[in-house]
Amino acid sequence: MGYSLDFGWLVDATGAIAQGAATTILLIAVTTLAGTFLSILGAAGRRNGPLLLKRAIGVYVEIIRNTPFLVQLFFIFFGLPSIGIRLDPVLAAMLAMTLNMAAYTIEIVGAGLDAVPRGQTEAALALGLRPRQVFVKIVLPQALKVIFPALTSQIVIMMLESAVVSQIAVRELTYEADMLQARTFRAFETYFVVTMVYLVLSMGLRRLLVSGGRRALGTGVS
Amino acid sequence: MIEFTFWDIVRNLLLAARWTVLLSLAAFVGGGAVGMVVLFFRIAKNRWSRRIASAYIALFQGTPLLMQLFLMFFGLPMLGLRIEPWTAAALGLTFFASAYLAEIWRSGVDALPRGQWDAGASLGLHYLQELRLIILPQAFSITRAPTVGFLVQLVKSTALTSIIGFEELVRTSNAINNATFEPFTVYGLVALIFFIMCFPLTQYARSLERRATTN
Repeated sequence: MGYSLDFGWLVDATGAIAQGAATTILLIAVTTLAGTFLSILGAAGRRNGPLLLKRAIGVYVEIIRNTPFLVQLFFIFFGLPSIGIRLDPVLAAMLAMTLNMAAYTIEIVGAGLDAVPRGQTEAALALGLRPRQVFVKIVLPQALKVIFPALTSQIVIMMLESAVVSQIAVRELTYEADMLQARTFRAFETYFVVTMVYLVLSMGLRRLLVSGGRRALGTGVS
Repeated sequence: MIEFTFWDIVRNLLLAARWTVLLSLAAFVGGGAVGMVVLFFRIAKNRWSRRIASAYIALFQGTPLLMQLFLMFFGLPMLGLRIEPWTAAALGLTFFASAYLAEIWRSGVDALPRGQWDAGASLGLHYLQELRLIILPQAFSITRAPTVGFLVQLVKSTALTSIIGFEELVRTSNAINNATFEPFTVYGLVALIFFIMCFPLTQYARSLERRATTN
């Protein structure tokens, strides 16, 4: 039996694909902001917080890093309602993605904080800055500069993993692909096109982050 | 309706976990074999061979694994191959793993000093002997930690094959959840089983890394 490829359906499908891509971009944008913020807090807490907090952050990082994202997502979306926490799919997806990404970026940010020489803190304190100012204005910018490439990779990985949230009916790119192939019966072509969209998104996201990082953090960011 | 006790749930999940382990092993072995081929292309002297290998790696690292699995599942039947979830899952993960492993090992080859190649050549070894006797053993040994680290990622990635219908841990847990309506327990247990599989590997990777930095 011969099979011929047919991309005729694509004309009517561009709207749906664009909408799905927009949702994927929204998800990763929120995750990037919330995840980075959370991981800065986490990394700082792991270094300077009370012992109990350090332990708790350590346990959180290990649990997330050693279980699949899909299971974390199912646990949050299907499991949490039975203890009274009910989230709608988009919120559950954002929460799962943020918690997942932060577990990886806490270690990355932590490595960056360790890379800043101790003398920087001492010098800033000697100039009379308060500890919080020292962290926000002196240590953190230098740390971010060091870890920026690793952070970029992690964000791109998270964007690719977000394909999984289609499983809890978030209408992002993969979900739209599932709907399209059910309507057109052109499964291979549909997933092929959407895979290419993901490829463009991941390359574009990487480029955007690198050029944005250069502008925000100055030169020296690769 | 069938009544599931807690131990029934645990037993069924553990039975399903066998398939997760088996799939991880198959993908790691298959990915290692294909990854070696990709590595040869990636470090070859021919510029086009290097470009093709780079494109292959970029393609698999720049698209979601879920899409790769879908393409495998729906694409291979078009070539006239009958394909079941197991075949699609094992092949999909094999290609996925090959791209990552080739890139990890390539970083090991690149890390070796130029002199290693020169020394091999001056001993009269030809290219393949150089690779086999001098370059690859060293490249593998310095990339052991990231290789084990990737194995953890691979074990976690098997969860996605539940979506194309392969009966592993997560798919079984979905079925159990539909029968018991105890998602908190069921998915909690699934997470625990994955944790038990992955955590020792993570610790092993970490100890390898520590050993590498102290040397």
